[in-house]
Amino acid sequence: MQRYSGFGLAKHALSHHENWERQWRNPTPKKQYDVIIVGGGGHGLATAYYLAKEHGIKNVAVLEKGWLGGGNTARNTTIVRSNYLWDEAAALYEHAMKLWEGLSQDLNYNVMFSQRGVMNLGHTLQDMRDIQRRVNANRLNGIDSEVLTPEQIQEIVPIMDCSKNARYPIMGASWQPRAGVARHDAVAWGYARAADALGVDLLQNTEVTGFKIRDGRIYGVHTNRGDIEAKTVGCVAAGNSGVLAKMAGFRLPLESHPLQALVSEPLKPILDTVVMSNHVHGYISQSDKGDLVIGAGIDGYNGYGQRGSYPTVEHTLQAIVEMFPIFSRVRMNRQWGGIVDTCPDACPILSATPVKGLFFNCGWGTGGFKATPGSGHVFAWTLAKNQAHPLAAPFSIDRFHTGALVDEHGAAGVAH
Amino acid sequence: MFHIYCPYCEELREEEEFHPKGEAHIVRPKDPEACTDEEWGDYLFFRDNPRGIHHELWVHAVGCRKFFNVTRNTVTYEILETYKIGERPTVTAEHLAGGDKQGNVQVASGGQQTVGASGAAVASVKGERA
Repeated sequence: MQRYSGFGLAKHALSHHENWERQWRNPTPKKQYDVIIVGGGGHGLATAYYLAKEHGIKNVAVLEKGWLGGGNTARNTTIVRSNYLWDEAAALYEHAMKLWEGLSQDLNYNVMFSQRGVMNLGHTLQDMRDIQRRVNANRLNGIDSEVLTPEQIQEIVPIMDCSKNARYPIMGASWQPRAGVARHDAVAWGYARAADALGVDLLQNTEVTGFKIRDGRIYGVHTNRGDIEAKTVGCVAAGNSGVLAKMAGFRLPLESHPLQALVSEPLKPILDTVVMSNHVHGYISQSDKGDLVIGAGIDGYNGYGQRGSYPTVEHTLQAIVEMFPIFSRVRMNRQWGGIVDTCPDACPILSATPVKGLFFNCGWGTGGFKATPGSGHVFAWTLAKNQAHPLAAPFSIDRFHTGALVDEHGAAGVAH
Repeated sequence: MFHIYCPYCEELREEEEFHPKGEAHIVRPKDPEACTDEEWGDYLFFRDNPRGIHHELWVHAVGCRKFFNVTRNTVTYEILETYKIGERPTVTAEHLAGGDKQGNVQVASGGQQTVGASGAAVASVKGERA
């Protein structure tokens, strides 16, 4: 792998940047691998990377039916934070946060991780009680978290309407200074390039059409490019996890919903942090390109259509304009949807399945991007050792039968 | 924007009057105390979540406030029929796959879908619309 550096940039300038090597190969599928990862998004690529790097398992294939990072990895609003309420969830997301903090160096790829802080607003007394509870829980778990007053909020975000005359007056917020945003495509590309350099085969346009299962044990997959064998298969397919589970003969506690986001025309720098509100339900940040990146809730119905409904766009923008009247005449440029796999307790599933050797990493719902490095890291451990990583253990699929749910729904003050 | 035919109001109304409530035809176990943890967990949490034909529960939240069922394609989003609680769907994945065109589809004319609704299977059903 050609390492990226300032010196390299200068060197390639001499040849008009025409001789950069390709970031990853486009290999032909082998007949057999040690591990197959189904799904070439951020989580799947991260899993492959950590399998190769931390566990020395390099005979790995990532099967992607489309192109790398073309699903939810490219469709989210890029927010990274770890201020979750419950110990189990906080530990997992904080594990990811610590990996984010060294990720660009680790991958030799600028993922543009910008710790500009994330603010979760409270508009009611109950919001504020929940915020105080969550901030206290975060601090007990060693996660940076503070409660802000409206005056402090106004100082950080002067353009926000913090007046008492607002329809839903802002009463305070939780604030995680280490949180922020990252460049979503770069995360997928950085993991892909680093995994490829360690010998992982990234197979694009390769769709899994079935699993080869004998005596309750997996030994390979059927694909549109022929059969590929492996004794360990990890599915990291987000919205399509339920479809894969059906092929393997079991059900998951998931529903797939469209979640959409939109960006405005580019503006001069105006918002240097991330603002989220669960109550009026919208979240917003400004990308380095200058466009406002806006998101909100899922469409309530099940869907695989990768597009959202217009009523949801309208509700989202109402919330944004309520908080930022200054944006009322900003024009929206693009809008899109991704398919999120929501779990009843709004926590992921990192688990073995009824089929031996087949593992699922899914159920991240509306908030998977922030967990990408942590998810890949603990899932790689799980696949390599054939047992749940201690951080992944509470997220076994068994919890839906034992009742030991990790109920983050709403509790994290997040915009689900 | 969906235009959904409420089988109780007998009118097409806009999507925002309705709320989706998830998979339909899930039967509550008659004696929950007798269920194993697996049976109860399956009933509460596990869903088919299909890519394609989906039977689902909706409520006419700011209309008649009654619950009813919808058969909808989760890829094209086309609504194939709406029917009252207690009734069975006439459009199912099985009969679409089998090419059975006898479905007595209970929809109002005008169509309820918004975007991209197409597909031979769907068209064959629409052709038989009463």
